[in-house]
Amino acid sequence: MLHVMDSPSKQPDLANVQFLATEQAIPPEAHEAIPPEAHEAIPPEAHEAIANLRHEDLSIRYYAAWWLGKFRVRDVVAVDALIAALDDDANRTAMGGYPLRRNAARALGKLGDKRAVAALIRCLDCSDFYVREAAAQALEALGDASCISALLSLLDGGVDAAQFAPGLPHLVQPYEAVIEALGTLHATEAVEQIRPFADHGVERVRYAAMRSLYQLTHDPYYAEHLVGALSSSEVQLRRSALADLGAIGYVPAASAIAQAPVENSFKLLALKGLLGHHLSENDAHSEAAIRLMTLMDTLL
Amino acid sequence: MIATDPAIEPLITAIAQADSPATLIGAVRALAQTASLSAIPTLIEVLGYNNPGAASVAVAGLVQMGEAAVPLLLEQIDDYNYGARASSLRALAAIADPRAFEVLLEAAATDFAPSVRRAAIKGLGTLRWQPRDLDGQPSIHDRTVSTLLLVSHDSDWTIRYAAIAAFQSWIFTLQNCSETTDLTRQALERLEHLRQTDEDEVVRARASMAQHQLTIVPYAQ
Repeated sequence: MLHVMDSPSKQPDLANVQFLATEQAIPPEAHEAIPPEAHEAIPPEAHEAIANLRHEDLSIRYYAAWWLGKFRVRDVVAVDALIAALDDDANRTAMGGYPLRRNAARALGKLGDKRAVAALIRCLDCSDFYVREAAAQALEALGDASCISALLSLLDGGVDAAQFAPGLPHLVQPYEAVIEALGTLHATEAVEQIRPFADHGVERVRYAAMRSLYQLTHDPYYAEHLVGALSSSEVQLRRSALADLGAIGYVPAASAIAQAPVENSFKLLALKGLLGHHLSENDAHSEAAIRLMTLMDTLL
Repeated sequence: MIATDPAIEPLITAIAQADSPATLIGAVRALAQTASLSAIPTLIEVLGYNNPGAASVAVAGLVQMGEAAVPLLLEQIDDYNYGARASSLRALAAIADPRAFEVLLEAAATDFAPSVRRAAIKGLGTLRWQPRDLDGQPSIHDRTVSTLLLVSHDSDWTIRYAAIAAFQSWIFTLQNCSETTDLTRQALERLEHLRQTDEDEVVRARASMAQHQLTIVPYAQ
């Protein structure tokens, strides 16, 4: 019997990597539909990993789903197999969760194939909170607006309904993931439903709302709230606010990010988010770009 | 041997007794501001507290001590705590004393922690070499540039970014050195290649900035 903890970030142990490490050539005909650059990116172990999604050992299926995402196996066959794994009923936790579905959803978010959208939308109704969360994050990453109404339905009941699930360490819905996805997907129709979450009792949900509302309204009021959160007394929350500022690319936060009492790696990543956002409309020699890179240099 | 300074003992005690991250940062700042050499061992110890705010204050304090802090920093590099190791190397990189060369070179290429590698790589570009340091060790610049070239191919964008920053400061520092012309050419070629072909726009932008800043401040051709 497989035991997998009900944890959103549980990853297979990398020490188990060797069972996939056998050299196995991929028949060229299997990849005719793949553009050349993606074809080159497919590691030789990919076929074994795809086959392993149906392995009799459930832990190997779970690992294979993670592996296909980790190594960005953008292969039609891999995507089909991962979509099929979203309906898996074999791999269950003691509490009734679906670990393979979670990993398959996470992997599909990384593979960029919009054929997965419909199946991921169905996962938003799954009884497993972590499957719903992974699906919302994957739908955000795939960037297809057709999921917006399904995401919005997870906000039904508003802040009053957004309570902790009885006896569990999470709320009844994956509000953070849903609200962040709506911001990334430019779902301006969601603004009024998201706004009350800016006053939610859970900091991370508030941050997600601020981040999303900034993306949807461009009102610096929301971004400045995230800048304020860089002085939170908990390092986890400061990291979270850093990541949010990086995601929205709020350039005025640059100095506050560089000075926040957080490990340099998080700050570099957040400043990279600012710079990437800035470079989408400016060149590398603009004053702000130089200032951002000069700050990044101090964090090396 | 660093003499004990009785005036700083209460400040060291305050660090040991700090009961919150904010108090700790305040106590470390007070100790660093004494600029007393007796503070060095405690400041190095703080690098291992896993408190990024306190660590950055301690690094700034150690950098202010300059060369005097180098022997202890080198001696007390923490092999088990990569956060502490990254902070030590950041201090060594900023002090830029060539005695750190071998440590930086090895960490740049082989440390498992990217934060440590970034600090080491940056340091390789900034060491302040004097002609006497190079006597009998003519290969120092070869080894520096070949390590920077190696790490500039890393799959982690932060490592390639650090390599570019290091190339820039290395080229700038050695702009008047005739013996490194060929190495400079290799470094400039790599910068140009990264600017044109790197998959990451931020890395391309940093290479472009390096080229631009080296052009407006002329370097040896």
